[in-house]
Amino acid sequence: MIVTRGLTKRYGRVLAVDGVDLDVRAGDRYGFLGPNGSGKTTLVRLLLGLVYATSGEIEVLGERVPARSAAVLPRIGALVEGPAAYPHLSGRRNLQLLDAAGRGGPRRTRKRRIEEALEQVGLDGVDHRSVRAYSLGMRQRLGLAAALLRRPELLILDEPTNGLDPRGIREIRDLLIGLNEAGTTVFLSSHLLSEVEQLCTRVGIVDRGRLVLQDDMTNLRAPTGHVHVHTPDAAQVAALLDGQVVERDGERLLVRHADPAALNARLVGEGIRIAAISAQRLSLEEVVLDVTGHGSDRIGGTP
Amino acid sequence: MIAVELRKLVLRPRVWLSILLLCAVPALVAVLLSISNLAPPPGQGGAFLSAVLDNGSLYPAAALAMVLPVFLPLAVAVYAGDAIAGESATGTLRYLLVRPVSRFRLLAAKLTTLAVYIVLTMTIVVVFSLVVGIALFGTGAEAVGQPGSVTSLSGASLDPAELAVRMMAAVGYIVVSMLGFGTIALFWSTLSDSALGAALASLAVLIASSIMQTLDAADPLKPYLPTNYWLSWIDFFRDPIFWTNIDRGLLLQAGYIVVFFGASWANFATKDITS
Repeated sequence: MIVTRGLTKRYGRVLAVDGVDLDVRAGDRYGFLGPNGSGKTTLVRLLLGLVYATSGEIEVLGERVPARSAAVLPRIGALVEGPAAYPHLSGRRNLQLLDAAGRGGPRRTRKRRIEEALEQVGLDGVDHRSVRAYSLGMRQRLGLAAALLRRPELLILDEPTNGLDPRGIREIRDLLIGLNEAGTTVFLSSHLLSEVEQLCTRVGIVDRGRLVLQDDMTNLRAPTGHVHVHTPDAAQVAALLDGQVVERDGERLLVRHADPAALNARLVGEGIRIAAISAQRLSLEEVVLDVTGHGSDRIGGTP
Repeated sequence: MIAVELRKLVLRPRVWLSILLLCAVPALVAVLLSISNLAPPPGQGGAFLSAVLDNGSLYPAAALAMVLPVFLPLAVAVYAGDAIAGESATGTLRYLLVRPVSRFRLLAAKLTTLAVYIVLTMTIVVVFSLVVGIALFGTGAEAVGQPGSVTSLSGASLDPAELAVRMMAAVGYIVVSMLGFGTIALFWSTLSDSALGAALASLAVLIASSIMQTLDAADPLKPYLPTNYWLSWIDFFRDPIFWTNIDRGLLLQAGYIVVFFGASWANFATKDITS
């Protein structure tokens, strides 16, 4: 769906995107994660032909960008760095004008598609007030509606849940999962770990312009070969499994062991009381902190 | 794309406000003249103003003479300066381009809409000042006893049909002049993300050009100054029409339109859209 090879973008002396090899497959819900200022938005703009690469290749939906942008872009719905609309016009009027601009938005179905998109994002009851009077969340929903207007095969969304409240975030997540299950590939850039963790099936992590990790979520969050054990008889366990206990914190132990079920059976067999036992999995946060540095908005000495 | 831009034009309150203000200047002058009955003596004051007290049907020409040097270019600079920079500032530019609208088509639609805006503005100002002129000064028929003929700047008289044709020709000439200037503003608009900056840069061009015109040392440059032939529309009201400067003016403005539209395109087509 999206393939880049050695993609590099330099603004003057600043290297915003540095040799990125992105690989987004059809049907993915791809989360593009990175700290602020790590080049996420620049990469999204490169994919959409808004900025031109210094070097490297981009292929979206099997076509070269920007050379074949005109053929690719009608099949993509995009939200780039926040929604935008003409503030003196109503939301519906904005969608009408946007859909009428450029080819690929047949007038015959326009009204129906606009109402559908508004319904999908939960704005179908909106009246004729101008966008100037919209809340941040409403503008975000309007931007999403604009991206959905032409029923795209690929959604490229930059920070799609910005400005939404927790319920709104949940709604949009459900919407994106629904669209994905109906066949839409979703590429989402975010600095919100929880958003990516709950939504995405595949993750790319970018740091200072470089793609430092790209993998399926199931691989990233595979068991680490350690087991968390919570037991009132911690001392007995430590004695029994001498050498396998990696960490001990009161009643909580971290044990090097591949199979929590077998470990549980063995401990219980020894008469040890188990309050909780589970395989250790890294959270996405741990994965990210492991591979990235500070965001560019931190200006100061290394802590 | 042109249809979309035209709809944006008519839906924009600022457009109608600018036209209203352009109508207000001649309206105010007309009211003052009719109350005081003190027209400037012939040869002084604004063009045509000395004649309008006798015949209101010449008032549109006087109105054009009032708005052309400053107010009309101001409105054009603001509108054209906003064309790309304004879209850039609201962020709608990136959404238009990923729709996708090709950058050339967007720029061409902006230029077309600019022309429509100028024609619309001029038409409303002319019609409005004609109504005001006739209402306040009459058509001259009361005094002479025959349907009002107007005296051309050269002394011969013009009948109303002839006057209407010449008025339309003058309006057309001013439209081309303004479009030449507006294309310069459009170019600034592709350079900047600030609509205000683009408008001010265009006004700087206007002022610089006006200053050079008064400077004898700048004589060799004068034929190429954008404002040089702006006032030649008055030549349509001479008898016979004095074509030399009108032709030169049209050619010069065509040159400005081609050069600055080309420059806008060259800049916009290769620009990184980072707004």
